Amino acid sequence: MSSERKLMSGNEAVALGTKHAGCALGVGYPGTPSTEILENYAKLADCKAQWAPNEKVALEVGIGVAFAGTRTIVTMKHVGLNVAADPLFTVAYTGVTGGMVLAVADDPGMASSQNEQDSRNYARAAGVPLLEPADSQEAYDMTKLAFEISERWNQPVILRLSTRVCHSKTIVVPSDSKEVPAAHYERDIKGRVMIPAYARPAHKKMRAKLAEIEAWNNAEGPNPIIGNSSKLGIIANGVSALHAQEAAPDAKVMKLGMVYPLPMKAILEFIDSVEECIIIEESDPFIQTEVQAAGGKVRPRLERYRYGELDVVRVKRIIDGDDSEEAAPPRGKPPQLCDGCPHRASFQLLKNIGCTITGDIGCYTLSVLPPFETMDTCICMGGSIGIGLGMRHVLPEEQARKVVSVIGDGTFMHSGLTGVADMICNRPKYGHVIVILDNGTTAMTGLQEHPGTGKTLDHNPSGKTVSLEATCEAMGVDKVVILDPSREMEAFEQAVRDAMASNDLTVIIARRPCILAVVRDAKINRGEKVR
Amino acid sequence: MSEVVNVKFAGLGGQGILTCTDILGRVVFDMGNDVKKAEVHGMSQRGGSITSDLRFGDKVLSPMISAGQADFLIVMGEDQVEANQHFLKEGGILVKPSDFDVDQLTNKRTLNVALLGALSKHMEFPVEQWMDAVRAQLPERLHEVNEAAFMLGRGE
Repeated sequence: MSSERKLMSGNEAVALGTKHAGCALGVGYPGTPSTEILENYAKLADCKAQWAPNEKVALEVGIGVAFAGTRTIVTMKHVGLNVAADPLFTVAYTGVTGGMVLAVADDPGMASSQNEQDSRNYARAAGVPLLEPADSQEAYDMTKLAFEISERWNQPVILRLSTRVCHSKTIVVPSDSKEVPAAHYERDIKGRVMIPAYARPAHKKMRAKLAEIEAWNNAEGPNPIIGNSSKLGIIANGVSALHAQEAAPDAKVMKLGMVYPLPMKAILEFIDSVEECIIIEESDPFIQTEVQAAGGKVRPRLERYRYGELDVVRVKRIIDGDDSEEAAPPRGKPPQLCDGCPHRASFQLLKNIGCTITGDIGCYTLSVLPPFETMDTCICMGGSIGIGLGMRHVLPEEQARKVVSVIGDGTFMHSGLTGVADMICNRPKYGHVIVILDNGTTAMTGLQEHPGTGKTLDHNPSGKTVSLEATCEAMGVDKVVILDPSREMEAFEQAVRDAMASNDLTVIIARRPCILAVVRDAKINRGEKVR
Repeated sequence: MSEVVNVKFAGLGGQGILTCTDILGRVVFDMGNDVKKAEVHGMSQRGGSITSDLRFGDKVLSPMISAGQADFLIVMGEDQVEANQHFLKEGGILVKPSDFDVDQLTNKRTLNVALLGALSKHMEFPVEQWMDAVRAQLPERLHEVNEAAFMLGRGE
């Protein structure tokens, strides 16, 4: 085994740590900043990885692998964990046989997300241990540790990352690697079929495991104490601990690597060892709330530091108790739809017609910015359809007819199908119009494949393609229209106007490939390396 | 223990900011430094403003360069100065395209590497170390044009 130092991103380090932990299958759904974990993992020798249509399916596939006795990593961004929350809360009861790690990437400051929710709350709510690396070396080490903890206590483990950790490159020295365990099925009905009679004892068993893990975390968890000041103590997690060490080189820092269940005994001892203690954490006051509930005396963080990322300057301000207004950073140039992007023609048209657009998550969300400013709502993956239907159900006719749901092909595969089923079943009086902007890829996150592209993660043919039009027709949509938004402008306009005027349920598929995907695919065809 | 050196790159998505940060990262990594590189991409790849931070020295803690901390600010265009100048420390050095004759670049896409050449004048690393890093980070067909761009920026 090489002990050579490498410069790698947090995402690359998680991928390598997963390989060295002996993982049988990686599965996930793309989402910034988590996407490159699985992409890098798939490029490593003998590593099998696949994109699922959404995070819930990804986690379910992972549960199947772990029930079959071997190891799996499931990757997603923070909002993806909302989609996967349903299986998460119950697999926390059943536990797992093979190791299962959920790599979940939060986005404090929202570099590319619709909210800055804090995944640590899921760990506590579901009862799943959570590790939090500060840099790439820790991302590598803690990925392996997460698999060990998962197998020792037969419990899934969350590896919580953040944008900074995922996308920063730091030095990693890899260590030994393990074999992938052979899959083997053993039946355990009471352990895995969560009817109430079996789930009641499973819940108690889970709480007992968490108590054991907390005792382990107190005694030998990855929570080093740096420095020996008896004046200022700082308890910090993840990358915040590095900011804190730099901001206050004379302080004593307890660097928490396992944030759930917290090593509360060790934390309270640490607090007793210093005159004053502050907790430095990004996002919600998670550690602070737990520590205060346990009777630990800490100086509460000022509320303004809940928002956005921390850095050394902001951590100094927290330590100084500085509640003065922070200088707003100068605004740079906002991102925009590429020149030549097929979505441009679609949004120009919808703007001209004067539609009320319930929008969705993807590159096309950028149409909310100038020059288009033509999106009325954006909440979550697939939300465009349900929200559009809700408006159609209650608005007066003139306003209802203007409502159009706009969704991309990848997002439609992720969460649009159930919206269509609802539209068929609970038909609005004046019908509804869905425009699927089909650019044949998951563009926003970097051109990943999905079931509608007919290709697997490595861009090879999957054998079958899930057809948008055949699916919509089979589900009972009255009218499905397919056209090229850049070349068939008049037909596109007529189709939208006709659909809005009629009481039909219409799906208009605006199909033209993403210009970035065209370039990328040409490179693949020439046998060139692509990122 | 030597001081940590902070280098901030600023430009628009697609201009090669991340590539040239990786090249400098390779140089300082190969010289045996501790190094941390931070960047934010995602939405920004759609032509929006992006910045990339590179810190190196004996021991680097935080990966991010805060306001007033940068020893060097490298901008891909003069229009990036206003939005990023606050990162420079007092006496910090601004490296910009007008430091050399941009019209002499045979390929405009090599501006990022030419800027590295201009930056290299302020650093002690041998030219060959930079060239090794350029070759390691870029495909072979781009080596010659980027080596020329680097030397143009360096003024040699």
